Amino acid sequence: MLEIRNLYASVDGNEILKGINLKVNKGEVHAIMGPNGSGKSTLAKVLAGHPSYEVTRGEVLFEGKNLLELSPDVRAREGVFMAFQYPIEVPGVSNAQFLRLAYNEKQKHLGQEELDPLEFKDLLKEKAKIVEMEASFMTRSVNEGFSGGEKKRNEILQMAVLDPKLSVLDETDSGLDIDALRIVAEGVNKLHDPNKAVILVTHYQRLLNYITPDFVHVLSAGRIVKEGGKELALELEEKGYDWLKNGSVAAGAK
Amino acid sequence: MSSQLATQSSSYNTAFRALLEKTGNAEPSWLRRMREDSFAHFERVGFPSVKEEEWKYTNVAPIAKLQFVPAFANGQPGGNGFGAFVYDEARRSRLVFVNGMLRRELSSVEALPAGVSVIDIGEALAKGPNETSLRESLERAAKSESGFTALNTALFSSGAFVFIPAGVSVAAPIHLQFISESSHGAAAASFPRVLVVAAENSAATIVESYASPGESVYLTNAIVEVRLGAGAHVQHFKVQRESTSAFHVATTDAELGANARYDATTINMGAALSRHTIDVTMDHEGAECWVDGLYMVDANQHTDTHSMIDHRQPHCTSHQLYKGILDGKSRAVFNGKVFVRHGAQLTNAQQTNKNLLLSNEAQVNTKPQLEIFADDVKCAHGAAVGQLEADEIFYLESRGIRPEPARNLLTYGFAEEVIEKIKIDSIRRELDQAVLNRLHTTL
Ligand SMILES: Nc1ncnc2c1ncn2[C@@H]1O[C@H](COP(=O)(O)OP(=O)(O)O)[C@@H](O)[C@H]1O
Ligand SMILES: [Mg+2]
Repeated sequence: MLEIRNLYASVDGNEILKGINLKVNKGEVHAIMGPNGSGKSTLAKVLAGHPSYEVTRGEVLFEGKNLLELSPDVRAREGVFMAFQYPIEVPGVSNAQFLRLAYNEKQKHLGQEELDPLEFKDLLKEKAKIVEMEASFMTRSVNEGFSGGEKKRNEILQMAVLDPKLSVLDETDSGLDIDALRIVAEGVNKLHDPNKAVILVTHYQRLLNYITPDFVHVLSAGRIVKEGGKELALELEEKGYDWLKNGSVAAGAK
Repeated sequence: MSSQLATQSSSYNTAFRALLEKTGNAEPSWLRRMREDSFAHFERVGFPSVKEEEWKYTNVAPIAKLQFVPAFANGQPGGNGFGAFVYDEARRSRLVFVNGMLRRELSSVEALPAGVSVIDIGEALAKGPNETSLRESLERAAKSESGFTALNTALFSSGAFVFIPAGVSVAAPIHLQFISESSHGAAAASFPRVLVVAAENSAATIVESYASPGESVYLTNAIVEVRLGAGAHVQHFKVQRESTSAFHVATTDAELGANARYDATTINMGAALSRHTIDVTMDHEGAECWVDGLYMVDANQHTDTHSMIDHRQPHCTSHQLYKGILDGKSRAVFNGKVFVRHGAQLTNAQQTNKNLLLSNEAQVNTKPQLEIFADDVKCAHGAAVGQLEADEIFYLESRGIRPEPARNLLTYGFAEEVIEKIKIDSIRRELDQAVLNRLHTTL
């Protein structure tokens, strides 16, 4: 589904990603871990097409297509979704208006039926159950005045509505109390199926108690320095990241 | 300048003579004298020029150049079928004025409780009990140096007098609707005059709206005064959607009693040139006001808001949020003065002006002005002019929304922050639609 080859990216002239290789197949869950500042969010934003990040080398294929030449909105309509580490507030625009516009843009793109506000309300009601969000959140402005945990749940609600093929969840677990973490993780599990893939970006192992990754990659200073199965996450939990920082770069992509 | 003056005086002189002839002895003699003095003042000072600090960025020469005919001098104002401008919530609590003249057959005040007066200002002047408060109000305004104010005092022939007795809460919004349209080639001019008196502990919502069924050239020159007794609560929604060829010059003047609360939200979307002067005076302790607004202009429109919030006594609070959206070659002026007088301790004053430029050719002059003469106060102000935030656009795009709808949705949200303060559904719906139409989009 996704293939990243020798990806270099910079922001404001600073090179952040320095040769990332990663292959994600349908049905897989990948965790990307690593210390603060290692480039995890940069990688997520590059995949989503954030305009501040410049790709200087390498390529990214999504379902065989060159992802990097697609604009962010086209990527999303093609099925790439990123849950933001810091979701943006959009004052004056209700969650329902925002989500319906996004949903209908995708439907149009796929040549499928668009929904009017009433029809969409029904769909939204169903999706909101997945993240246990109350109806009152739908009429409130997007993320405005939401607590940290509510913002993260709102990201997963957007994922539920847009039904992406590839979801990149950037620290969706951070700032969540244990109940919210369980709700978010169960939501992600419910939405997952063999035709989809998930990349979980996380700093802590905690989330991986709820969502079991097939592969764990450790990012340090813009490179993947270690890869393994879910047991690697436990090892990192125990030893921290320091022992990897100056370690050797993982040999090639899988 | 002298030729302009000549045009002004011939056009308005005729109108003034006609008005005096029409009213004859029906008006109190003090009013007749006041009109004569005001007209003489207007003839002396004319319309303001850009040399005056308060009019620096707003050139009213186009108003001075035009030959206007006040509606009463022009016979029966035309026009029917104004149903489109009716707000459902105010169907039985509204006065409708067409080209400045009250149209009784379009008006209804059935929903108002006994004791509440919502009547034509001429009628109020003719009948005793309200004469005193009207006279005080008119005399105060007559002291103004402004040519526009003088012209209104000289020429107003219609308008509204609203009185809410002490302790009475009026549920239905009181809608004062001003509809204008020029016909027969002559530009109509109307001079609405409104006095709202909300006695102690009363509560009411006033909707003041300006609209036109067409795109003709005309002038509205309005003066609206709101007097709040102790503990009174008035919500005042002004919706200015004049023809985009029209001129709109208006003053709102509010005075707050002790612990009174005044919530004003002003929407300016219409007119080729609009100028709104809004002054709020808090000369009694514990008063609180919200003075919010949105101007949204396009093409060659010019809009100017001059506001003055005057904290004269301790323990008063003011909040101000004015937002602007400018497209095309439009111009906006925001001048917001907040005065905290000597001795007005424990004042809390917040002022914000935010402008969104949708085109490179649009231009804003913003000047928030905070002058504090007391030492124990909490005041903040700020102004911003800019484009949409790149991160907000990216957030929407990352959800599959194309760049243009993403921008439109964010612009709509920017406007909504002010529009949602208007707690009347049908007005909000109308304005939402108007904003979307301006953006050539739907939701
Ligand atoms: N806009 C930016 N300008 C300059 N440096 C940046 C910018 N954004 C991120 N960085 C730097 O890039 C590095 C990686 O950041 P990030 O991808 O957010 O790391 P992580 O998500 O792993 O904590 C950090 O050193 C950060 O300071
Ligand atoms: Mg990060």
